[in-house]
Amino acid sequence: MRKADVLRFARDAATGYPLRTFLSVLAMAIGVAAVVVLTALGDGARRYVVEQFSALGSNLVIVLPGRSATGGFSPANALTTTPRDLTADDAFAITRLPSVRRAAPLAAGNSEVSANGRLREVVVAGTTSSYTAIRSFKMAAGSFLPDGDWNRGQPVAVIGSKIKEEIFGANPAVGELIRLGDRRLRIVGVLKSVGQGLGMNTDEVVFVPVAVAHSLFNTHTLFRILIEARSRDEIEAVKRETTALLKARHGGEEDTTVITQDAVLATFDKLLRALTAAVAGIAAISLAVAGILVMNVMLVAVTQRTGEIGLLKALGARGATIRDAFMAEAAMLSLVGALTGYGLGLFGAFVLRQMYPVFPAYPPDWAVAAALGTALTTGLLFGIMPARRAARLDPVQALMKH
Amino acid sequence: MSVIQLAGIERVFHLGDSVVHALAGLDVSIDSGEYVAIMGPSGSGKSTLLNLLGLLDRPDAGSYHLEGRDVTTLSPDEQAEVRSHRIGFVFQSFHLVPRLTAAENVALPMMLAGIPAAERAKRVEQALKDFGLDQRADHRPDQLSGGQRQRVAIARATIMQPAVLLADEPTGNLDRATGDDVIHLLEALNQRGMTLIMVTHDQKIGGRARRQLMMEDGGLKFDSARQAPAGN
Repeated sequence: MRKADVLRFARDAATGYPLRTFLSVLAMAIGVAAVVVLTALGDGARRYVVEQFSALGSNLVIVLPGRSATGGFSPANALTTTPRDLTADDAFAITRLPSVRRAAPLAAGNSEVSANGRLREVVVAGTTSSYTAIRSFKMAAGSFLPDGDWNRGQPVAVIGSKIKEEIFGANPAVGELIRLGDRRLRIVGVLKSVGQGLGMNTDEVVFVPVAVAHSLFNTHTLFRILIEARSRDEIEAVKRETTALLKARHGGEEDTTVITQDAVLATFDKLLRALTAAVAGIAAISLAVAGILVMNVMLVAVTQRTGEIGLLKALGARGATIRDAFMAEAAMLSLVGALTGYGLGLFGAFVLRQMYPVFPAYPPDWAVAAALGTALTTGLLFGIMPARRAARLDPVQALMKH
Repeated sequence: MSVIQLAGIERVFHLGDSVVHALAGLDVSIDSGEYVAIMGPSGSGKSTLLNLLGLLDRPDAGSYHLEGRDVTTLSPDEQAEVRSHRIGFVFQSFHLVPRLTAAENVALPMMLAGIPAAERAKRVEQALKDFGLDQRADHRPDQLSGGQRQRVAIARATIMQPAVLLADEPTGNLDRATGDDVIHLLEALNQRGMTLIMVTHDQKIGGRARRQLMMEDGGLKFDSARQAPAGN
């Protein structure tokens, strides 16, 4: 029997029993769609996190007070005790390192801002003019904090877009005075809305010179030092030089942690990839179930068409021909199911993206390939047994059953 | 020359504890172009004999030569090849594939034999015309009358131009008039040189054959070719 004829025969056999065919195609489609949608979700989460990190700025190196034993990024870093504080002088020293393009101190605290007769709780971030370049912020109005002596802060502030909205509404904010704690500060700039960034919403932050923040909170410690390397290749050099510099400045004690954005990203990336793979694995179970259903359906088909198989043998069909025809039918059910499922899955991911536009829910290529591959393999694998049973039928018995 | 030569054929079935000799010590020779009716009561072994002749079943002992070739020793694939090219089957219940049209049913043996589609179409068209079915080519079996179905089945059985046509109660599911038409059709094929072997329990139809084989308990009770009928 010619290959084209085998395929045509299998197709006619499949379409000859529409309900049976529909159900097995549906099962396979649901399996594949599940893999596609779930991996789109998992990979979307990964991409979302990666994008959020990238929004922090490029070639970023972050210094945290305290020493973490492993040197990696973990919540424990926030809990370690700090023998010696990170200071603005430390940050300033870092700016002199050859591999560093710019560095910015970051002191943080909560305070109340009042202006225009309104009062609001805000996050206050004390930093310097270079912070905006490192984080690649854009201004909606005015300019960022002015250059100047880090230890003598001018009474100025830059506010996030949401604060501007809530306090000044549509009126211009630049040039207005606000009260922050016991200070009166003049607004010199308003940031463009950037949205969520790692839990801290920049739209709701008031930026002030680091010296102002220190005197406001009556401290001289820094929350972070953000460093931008001169190039991607120099990130490691920055890390090495910064660690050495701070060790020297802190009396030979390595009491700070220097992490690179890449390292943090890699950790999250790895974590979320593992998560996606796990989710894909769970979804793959439904593919295996679909494969078993295809087998079941094909076994029923063999029983249902016993008479036909006997007839084909009487008409001169070899066992191999009958086996091929049934295999082709199982493969077709799987293939159509897999493609339908792929389409459904893409549609599901599309709906997800429509519902959550910030969430890049695209299925990764490997998952799509794996889903289609698994669907076809299980379909064929589970098609073998029924096909062989059909091929082995005794024609005399088979003909009598008609 | 003999197209079929059976010698010492034995076929034993084991049903639970009991052993049934469906065929026992059977020797038959059938010449090319003969018209043979196999008759006998149920369980006499006539269907087993027909299955054996059609290579759907193997004897437990004895030899079967088809056109001078020992076919009992062939591999299953070789037997399938012989069935495809040298043997045509006509069944009591027609055995048409319900989802295929009349034309597709007729083309089925050619498709299985790997004959190209263009050649198939040509031969199917001719065959349907010969059997008066050219208006029914696109009808499915459930849109055909019993007689038309059996004519489609005969067209299918003969499309590969086999040496032997085996018919198992070909009129069993048909009324008298339609059955007669089918018999005339088969006889016409026989007159053109095709060996026709028909199993029937209908004395009237069996009597039309030029040679009768009467089966009983797995053996040959009467062969009209050996024992000349009375009055001859």
